[in-house]
Amino acid sequence: MKSKGRIVTEGQQSLTFSRRSFVLSAAQLGVGGLLAARMGWLSVAQNEKYALLSESNRINLTIIPPRRGWIVDRAGRPLALNRTTYRVDIIPDRVINKAKLLEDLQKLLPIEAIEFDRIREELEEARGFKPVVVAENLDWNQFAAVSVRAASMPGINPSQSYARFYPEGAGVGHLLGYVGAATAEEYEDQRDPLLVTPGFKVGKAGMEKSLDGVMRGKAGGKRTEVTASGKLVRDLATKPDDPGQTIKLTVDAGLQAYAARRMGNESGSVVVIDCTNGDILAMVSMPCFDPNSFSDGIGRQEWKMLQEDEYIPMLNKVLQGLYPPGSTVKPAAALALLKAGVDPEQTVYCGGGYRLGNRFIRCLGRHGAISMRNAIARSCNTYFYAMAHRLGYDRIAPMATELGLGVKFDLPFPSQRYGTVPNSAWKKKKYGQDWSVADSLNATIGQGYLSVSPFQLAIMAARIASGKQLVPHIFAGQSRPVPAVSVSPEHLAIVHEGMNRVMTEGTGRRSQLNLPDAKMAGKTGTAQVRAIKGKNRGQSGVRKFRDHGLFVCYAPTENPRYAAAVVIDHGLGGARAAAPVAKDVLTYLFDPEQAMATLSSLESGWGGNIHQRMKRKRDAWMASHDPATAAAQKAAEEAANAANAADGNSTTNVADDDETRGTEDRIEEAKAKADAERKAKEAAEAARKAANGPKSNPVAQPSQLPSAATAPPPDIPPPTVPEIADPLSLPGATP
Amino acid sequence: MIGGGIIPPFFMRFSWRPILLLTALAGFGAVVLYSAAGGSFSPWASSHLVRYGVFMGLAILFSRFPIERWKEIAFPLYGVVLVMLIAVELLGAVSGGSRRWLDLGFMRLQPSELMKLAIVLALARFYDLLPAGEIRRLNAIWPAALMILFPAALVITQPDLGTGLMVTAGGISMMFLAGLPLRLFVGGLAGLAVIAPLAFFFALHEYQQKRVLIFLDPEADSLGAGYHITQSKIAIGSGGVFGKGFLNGTQSHLDYLPEGHTDFVFATMAEEWGFLGGLFIIGLYLLFFRWAWHVAERADTKFARLTAAGMGMTIFFYFTINLMMVMGLAPVVGIPLPLVSHGGTAMLTVMMCVGILMSIDAKQKRRGSLY
Repeated sequence: MKSKGRIVTEGQQSLTFSRRSFVLSAAQLGVGGLLAARMGWLSVAQNEKYALLSESNRINLTIIPPRRGWIVDRAGRPLALNRTTYRVDIIPDRVINKAKLLEDLQKLLPIEAIEFDRIREELEEARGFKPVVVAENLDWNQFAAVSVRAASMPGINPSQSYARFYPEGAGVGHLLGYVGAATAEEYEDQRDPLLVTPGFKVGKAGMEKSLDGVMRGKAGGKRTEVTASGKLVRDLATKPDDPGQTIKLTVDAGLQAYAARRMGNESGSVVVIDCTNGDILAMVSMPCFDPNSFSDGIGRQEWKMLQEDEYIPMLNKVLQGLYPPGSTVKPAAALALLKAGVDPEQTVYCGGGYRLGNRFIRCLGRHGAISMRNAIARSCNTYFYAMAHRLGYDRIAPMATELGLGVKFDLPFPSQRYGTVPNSAWKKKKYGQDWSVADSLNATIGQGYLSVSPFQLAIMAARIASGKQLVPHIFAGQSRPVPAVSVSPEHLAIVHEGMNRVMTEGTGRRSQLNLPDAKMAGKTGTAQVRAIKGKNRGQSGVRKFRDHGLFVCYAPTENPRYAAAVVIDHGLGGARAAAPVAKDVLTYLFDPEQAMATLSSLESGWGGNIHQRMKRKRDAWMASHDPATAAAQKAAEEAANAANAADGNSTTNVADDDETRGTEDRIEEAKAKADAERKAKEAAEAARKAANGPKSNPVAQPSQLPSAATAPPPDIPPPTVPEIADPLSLPGATP
Repeated sequence: MIGGGIIPPFFMRFSWRPILLLTALAGFGAVVLYSAAGGSFSPWASSHLVRYGVFMGLAILFSRFPIERWKEIAFPLYGVVLVMLIAVELLGAVSGGSRRWLDLGFMRLQPSELMKLAIVLALARFYDLLPAGEIRRLNAIWPAALMILFPAALVITQPDLGTGLMVTAGGISMMFLAGLPLRLFVGGLAGLAVIAPLAFFFALHEYQQKRVLIFLDPEADSLGAGYHITQSKIAIGSGGVFGKGFLNGTQSHLDYLPEGHTDFVFATMAEEWGFLGGLFIIGLYLLFFRWAWHVAERADTKFARLTAAGMGMTIFFYFTINLMMVMGLAPVVGIPLPLVSHGGTAMLTVMMCVGILMSIDAKQKRRGSLY
């Protein structure tokens, strides 16, 4: 730099000022230019970005969730509809003061301590986009109290939404499925903001799930202008929601409800089909969860209760339960025999059983010389053993298949199971073994490898009744003309007569319709779930080893209109457990008043209608699972076990079963009751063997089926044990 | 001069150019404030106009004082303002967490604002007194440096960092214009460049560091401390070339933009009047600064020259700090945009500066009319 000693004059200083003022004024101009450029960058170059930000500042877009399509019955009566509900959520992103907000909420709403902790917990780990539920199903006053203060409670979001409502409750649980809030995975998958809208529900099971796309509808939206503090300025535009389609079913709501109620405390299925067109009129699997509990969000305890119930209320037994059909397949076998040229008048001598080689296989009674019609009516095994031995099952199986057994039907239900109609090729492929005569005998009377669903049994009944290859459908207006079955009308008439005689003089005679102008034809069936040991024929003892009761039928006998199948799990016998249910259900179709009278007297014996009984059961469960009483409960159980062990009966199974039976108002046979203790011991022993011994008999019943409705069914149908004296020769013994 | 025979000399000596420029600015400001109040003269637009009228009268009154009077009171004025600053420190009213006001009963006085004016006058007087030969000596530096540092420190501890920096910047520009060796300024800038990062990491508290970081990236905390800058940028950016139209701004009317009638009034304006409105304001200011330089260039004494330039620079610092702040180029410090923002103190300071500038200008005109 220049030397310090330089002399500066006034003139020089003035010059310096001029130079430097020029520099500063140029700098001012530069800064002005810079500011103008910066402003141009913001407002011209980046205008789009900031205009968008400004709009998103000012405009609050609220999704209007679409109203879910209704599900109505064949007459338009609603099976599933939407109820308006009020709810309050917290949007975690908008919360400014969590503690203050929670405090305010507690003053406005009656939130329990447990709920309050849950809200606080969820709020702590909330992921921004997903609202935290504060309260659902609020009444109008509570909702209004929160709404008016919403502006001063940032983050709070009171909203009105629709909850799915099923007037029939548990009666339609398996028919329709249920809805629930979308999971985080479903949201990641579909990326639809609708899914995280508070209160929006998607189909989770059954028809609600498979038809979700049709019933969901399209969301509407409401654009509102809001101030920075969230105060509403005005509504800008509202696009109404586009409600989902209404689904019309072939189901008769009254019949469906009636059948569900008529099941009482039993576990099982009822299917009713219109013989003229294949309409599914009722499809009931009981016991069943109440789908309404799911649409409100099911409680943990309630879910646990459903999971642990040995009657598996989460399983749709109509389509997912596989059973040995027992004698209900005898009419189908008879049709196959007729088609194969067997003379219906030819008799077989039944001396109380059938000799196959060195074994004697028992019949249910001594029927003497018996022809086809009476063999159906009295359910004579000997007749069908003899005929099956002559023909072989490979000539009977096609008829079973033609009538719908083991067949896949296209129905809107996820995870159905289709069962097995076995033949020699199937066995070879599956087990690498040759088909035996015993296999033929077993399959012909509905045991052995044969397994079917209750739904298929109903189709079978409808096809025998109508002589047409009816295709079942559940959506109204889908019936199409179908070909006849490959059986001559004469042959059909013979089997029809056999089924008439079942109800007039045979096994089902006590369940004939009590109507002046309509009679019923049917066939009973009793299916063993385990091998017969000694005198134990599955007629008493531990529930899970008792026989299933089955019944297929149609009415009226002339010009059949309705066909039905009833399966009562472990109901001991078709005539005893299933036929009376079928009788009342069909009576409802002809004379509802008579049917309702029967039902009310039954229900008063059971202790109320489905809803009341379920509530009582739930309350009892809650009480017994309450932490306070749990210890006492456990002590009692241990005492019971100790007592059992002292009796030489150490299995807890039996104790559990006794307990369950105590709470269930089951109809017990007097003899079975008297022998209960001895039988229980035997059963427990058998169970131990089944569990331990490699050569023991596999035991299968629906209670071993997948316990959750959504679980994929295993590939292999549970082998069942036929009605033959020697267990070691059974096909099921060496799979 | 044009029409010299027709227009009376009294009006001829008026500085019409700045009056027109400032009136245009204040008028436009009133229009913006009218909109900011939701289309109403009250509470801001009307008082803004009234104040402008009163202060313009005051400026014209000031312009009647010969520049020599200002020269005489430069040091006493500085002393009085300095005493008032100390008084504020001792017994000033606390407002918004800081001591800025001195309640005189009939009005609330903010001495730090007056200091912006007083420092310019005092330094102009100091360099006027200093012999030209001393300008490159230490004697030219230390008294001026003390004169700047003392009030600046007082203001900053109020705390009012923005005003303190403005006082400092005003003083340094005076030193620069007075002719102090260039290497001082170059060295100072270089030293600042070295010290700033060191200070950031070692001298600043964590919350202060955070404030600086937020200025560098306001979107990182757009709901918290970065809210002002983010919303201001949205308001300016969403205006586009022509703006959303008078009374149609949403950022300001729906309260998204904080301080939309005071410090961030430019953003309120830009939202409704767009880029063109911004160019209008920037243009008016640049024309005004040009006039101030013009007055300084033509001033006949060293004191007048330095005073005129210093007054111009003071107004320029208001303008540039405020605009850089609203556009996200500077951290948020409470400096309003004079004549557009609602608020009397900044307008009073600026109009006093204008009055003194006009007084200098009037002398040139009188001298010019003698020829």
